[in-house]
Amino acid sequence: MAKRRRRKKPVVPVHRISTPLYMRRHFWLYLMLLPGLIYFIMFRYVPMGGLVIAFKDYSPFRGIANSPWVGLQQFQKFFETPDFFRLLRNTLGINLLQLVLYFPAPIILALLMNEVRHSAYKRLVQTMVYVPHFVSWVIVASLTYQLFNVTDGAFNYIVKAITGTTVDILSKSGAFWGLIVGQDIWRETGYGTIIFLAALSGVDQEMYEAARIDGANRLQLTWYITLPAIRNTIITMLILRIGGMLNTGYEQIFLMRNDLNMEMADVFDTYIYTRGIKNGQYSFSTAAGMFKSVVGMVLVFGSDKLAKKFGESGLY
Amino acid sequence: MAQQGKIKIETIKEKKYVNWGRIVDVIIYLILGLIALSTVLPFLYVLAGSFATEKELTEKAFFIVPSVWSTNAYKYAVRSANILRGLRNSVILTIMGTSLCMVFTLLFAYPMSKTHLRGRGFLMNMVIITMLFSGGMIPCYIVYNAYGLYDTYWALVLPALISPFNMIIVKKFFQELPSELEEAAYMDGCTDLITFVKIALPLSKPVIASISLFYGVGFWNDYFASMIYLKSAEKFPIQIQLRSIILLTSQVSDAMMDYYDMNGAPPDKAVKMACTVIATLPILLIYPFVQKYFTKGVMVGAVKG
Repeated sequence: MAKRRRRKKPVVPVHRISTPLYMRRHFWLYLMLLPGLIYFIMFRYVPMGGLVIAFKDYSPFRGIANSPWVGLQQFQKFFETPDFFRLLRNTLGINLLQLVLYFPAPIILALLMNEVRHSAYKRLVQTMVYVPHFVSWVIVASLTYQLFNVTDGAFNYIVKAITGTTVDILSKSGAFWGLIVGQDIWRETGYGTIIFLAALSGVDQEMYEAARIDGANRLQLTWYITLPAIRNTIITMLILRIGGMLNTGYEQIFLMRNDLNMEMADVFDTYIYTRGIKNGQYSFSTAAGMFKSVVGMVLVFGSDKLAKKFGESGLY
Repeated sequence: MAQQGKIKIETIKEKKYVNWGRIVDVIIYLILGLIALSTVLPFLYVLAGSFATEKELTEKAFFIVPSVWSTNAYKYAVRSANILRGLRNSVILTIMGTSLCMVFTLLFAYPMSKTHLRGRGFLMNMVIITMLFSGGMIPCYIVYNAYGLYDTYWALVLPALISPFNMIIVKKFFQELPSELEEAAYMDGCTDLITFVKIALPLSKPVIASISLFYGVGFWNDYFASMIYLKSAEKFPIQIQLRSIILLTSQVSDAMMDYYDMNGAPPDKAVKMACTVIATLPILLIYPFVQKYFTKGVMVGAVKG
């Protein structure tokens, strides 16, 4: 802070021009901002204003302004549905499983890649593991279907050869969470390493050399140099992960769920879609969505505060 | 003499350490190789399957080189009007969407990269708020429909014009450009717009390449927004067609029926695989050219602040 203030102080007093003059001089800069500004207002902020329908009994015929206010009734209705508990269980279940299995995966992969000294091999591995990230969920779902379906999926040929029976992962409700997290790991682990590898590229190589001369082995190098170097990144990612605790990729879940696994597959996002867009219960599902995003925000700020309390630098 | 002996012992020890390290190295290389393979194998299987005969597909569990090559599946996939239309729609949507997104994002990011810009802090907060909080699915749906976007591609393009995340990456990139060039241009009487077009843009190819890839992949892969906003079947992009072919197990409709009439059972499995390949191919073709840029792009975004 002190540093910044010192730097800002000019050696020779500079005449600060008035804002109207500045705006006239940089007319083009403001003109360039204009399309983006209109975009943010029309497509980001106006829908936020649309959240008022969560407190109304909105019907498309009456319009937003003419629909009657109902206070918190929609929220109350949402919390009282028997669905609420099921949605909460599924959403948290998938997210906790992700936190345990999917979150550490890119860190481990980045640490392994960091040990590779042949840069050609490293680049080859990187090129391959980034690919799935760029493939759509529809394709991921297709690949999953083609590999795991009971009648002719490759996976079940192998399972049948070993155990004599087949496993229907795609329609067993007990397997759904694992299926979703498995897809996430397959698709995003490679891409997730980029951010950690970036942090690792900043580590001074002399530190490793010095530690090696002091007799540190590889495990110790990883523990005392590599991990502390990516500690901040890990914590930032963790805060974001916890903030997204009520989010689930709706495309993904929507594509993988079916009548048989619905009990474990229905999450807030799919519920909002079904209730809102399919059944036209706009106010009700807006309330559900608002609950979700408010809790999400509280979680981000809460975990950020907590991280700072433990002496970490946090998000901001 | 004594000293010499000591040195000898140390080198032996060192050698032993290196050998042990080799084993660890080999293990790590193997693990990484397996992981890399596991990401590519499903693609290879589907690619091989799309060129295989239906007989081989039902008999063999897994292969990456078909014993009998056949392009039948592609012939029937290409004959399907749905798939061709889907592909065409996706190409149009991707090109139109990506170019508009790039124009909006670059235009907004350039002024935001100028630290002297008055009102910059306010605008930045305005952008960041949208990253933390949004109207959500239903209010967006109601508002965009009220704009008259329902059942048009605008409903997919306009809401996506500026991704705050991408905008910040571009802004950071502009900030890191050497300011001397722009200052010189400014001294020569160039307006901000001309400086942007003639100096900043030509220097920004890496970031333009990676951000275009991000936007382009987003449009090509989009499924959910198309499903919500598009109603007419003739506007459906390839992802929606693909889903109905593979997951809803509806056959490749018209083309398949033709084939069915001629030859009996259709090569159902191979055609599904061929469709998967067709929908994946454009991305896999562009990817190698952009790959060297995007790691850099994401890295810039990873630095906090």
